[in-house]
Amino acid sequence: MFILKLIIRNAFRHKLRSILTVVGVAIAILAFGLLRTLVGLWYLGVESSSATRLVTRNSISLVFPLPISYKDRIRQIPGVKEVSWGNWFGGIYINEKNFFANFAVEPKSYLELYPEFVLPPAERDAFILDRKGAVAGRKLAAKYGWRIGDSIVLRGTIFPGQWQFALRGIYRGAQKSTDETQFFFHWDYLNETMKKTVPRRADQAGFYMIGVTNPDLAAEASQAIDKTFKNSLAETLTETERAFQMGFVSMTEAIMIAIQIVSYVVIVIIMVVAANTMAMTARERIAEYATMKTLGFGGGHIAGVVFGESMTIAMTGGVLGVLLTFPAAHWIETELSQFFPVFHIKPLTIYLDLAAAATVGTVAGIFPTWRGATIRIAEGLRRIG
Amino acid sequence: MDSSKSAIVEIQNLFKSYRRGSQQIPVLEDISFDIAAGEFLALMGPSGSGKSTLLNIIAGIDKADRGVIRVAGVDIGSLAEAELANWRAANVGFIFQFYNLMPVLTAFENVELPLLLTGLSRRERHEHVEIALQLVNLADRMDHYPSQLSGGQQQRVAIARAVVTDPTILVADEPTGDLDRASAEEILRLMDSLVHQFGKTIIMVTHDPRAAEKAHVIKHLEKGVLTAS
Ligand SMILES: Nc1ncnc2c1ncn2[C@@H]1O[C@H](COP(=O)(O)OP(=O)(O)O)[C@@H](O)[C@H]1O
Ligand SMILES: [Mg+2]
Repeated sequence: MFILKLIIRNAFRHKLRSILTVVGVAIAILAFGLLRTLVGLWYLGVESSSATRLVTRNSISLVFPLPISYKDRIRQIPGVKEVSWGNWFGGIYINEKNFFANFAVEPKSYLELYPEFVLPPAERDAFILDRKGAVAGRKLAAKYGWRIGDSIVLRGTIFPGQWQFALRGIYRGAQKSTDETQFFFHWDYLNETMKKTVPRRADQAGFYMIGVTNPDLAAEASQAIDKTFKNSLAETLTETERAFQMGFVSMTEAIMIAIQIVSYVVIVIIMVVAANTMAMTARERIAEYATMKTLGFGGGHIAGVVFGESMTIAMTGGVLGVLLTFPAAHWIETELSQFFPVFHIKPLTIYLDLAAAATVGTVAGIFPTWRGATIRIAEGLRRIG
Repeated sequence: MDSSKSAIVEIQNLFKSYRRGSQQIPVLEDISFDIAAGEFLALMGPSGSGKSTLLNIIAGIDKADRGVIRVAGVDIGSLAEAELANWRAANVGFIFQFYNLMPVLTAFENVELPLLLTGLSRRERHEHVEIALQLVNLADRMDHYPSQLSGGQQQRVAIARAVVTDPTILVADEPTGDLDRASAEEILRLMDSLVHQFGKTIIMVTHDPRAAEKAHVIKHLEKGVLTAS
């Protein structure tokens, strides 16, 4: 108790110096936690994607469509349980700043294939029955204050025109990691409108989503699908959803690796700063440590006092940084939801934060601790006069 | 001097030198004397004559190169570092020129500090601290931090800290060296009363002839050698 009192008072003896160090550690830990969460999010798309779902697209490029007639032929292939299809719609809500993902999909099969989008049964039925119905994720609806029954207009970019939808359902994610900012509506609505306005663009799907009966069959089934359409007008490329997501992820992986490195560099920098502060502090206290030793305190006691001080400062900063992480993450989630629909701080990140703070305290404390523990009394006392 | 029976400190043929580069610089040369229990001894001599070194060896915070030093029968030269630390905690009270109080601890806590190394309970510690602070007449300042006390008051706190464990010997290295005359007088009176009322043994290094006047015995050190006292 007494020693703890001594450690804490020592830690905050030079108020400005200690506060600056604590704030420095807090900011470093905050940055570390946010950067790691960001990197984690990037890979989350991959983690949360299903291994039992395949995505079939035009083998030339994602921007070229596939004939809708493929759906029946895909259904025939052994191992295929469910086929759904859709188009990336790319509609804009009011203005370009309000970005969110929106798709035209075949409602029934899509909802069956994506059980992580949880809809109350009544809303589900209402959506399926209304050709102009649409469903939005809970976060998206909350952001724009949408209620069931609201009329929502998107301005088409890939498919020109003003598109009006009636919001029939608001889904919630089955898991924390499920994206709750998507918007989807009936593919039929899109297709029938295209038939009237631009007939050559009708009856085409941007991609097929395929459920397989068993993940072990995924590789076989995707080969079988691509073989079926070999030498046809539109050849296909079928991958697991995971591989499909990876295609996106790998493009920016270099940036993610750089961010990961930066997150460690931040910790190393604060380590050096804290080590300097602690060395300075310990140098000033050599005579006090020597006095304690004179009174009969051992090297272990002194080590405890010095190391405890280093740890107190680092962990105060660490805990402060962790506490700041939550409002910061919340801010990102609400203000930057178009980029980070889910910015959830994982418990693992908190542990890593605290471990990083403890590492800072340890590294900063090692040298002064060793100095304090091994200082020879007569020499330490000499520093006073 | 009287028989060695009542000697609390026995010093025999003590040598100490420091190495500076390739040179051996002798600091203490063949020092032998005894200190009787209850004696107030002053060590005098010019600066650099080895007074602090000798005091440190007696107090067990430095080691001699050669010779024997026994305090209350214990050959402290033969103790290992950890044993020596325990021995100091139980047997030596220290008074420094610059008080050496912990700035972040109150007067009370500073006096309590050495008691942490004893097996006393919190309540017992607090009783001892109160008695020690009353002894130096600072009970009313026990919640003050050193920076809120004058030099003389700080030295009184240091004396309370030195006596609170009831040590075998008290060592003081120029205890009045940093004080004005009035405060110095007060400190000397206090030390005098520790010897006369409480039977303490004090070994004090000093420059100050006025301080030395209070002592029963004065030893002069000149270039590491004891001269006639
Ligand atoms: N750690 C040390 N290393 C080298 N020389 C020392 C050391 N400590 C003391 N000395 C030397 O020993 C001599 C005696 O020092 P000291 O005992 O402090 O003298 P005094 O207290 O009488 O002024 C001085 O010449 C001093 O420079
Ligand atoms: Mg000296």
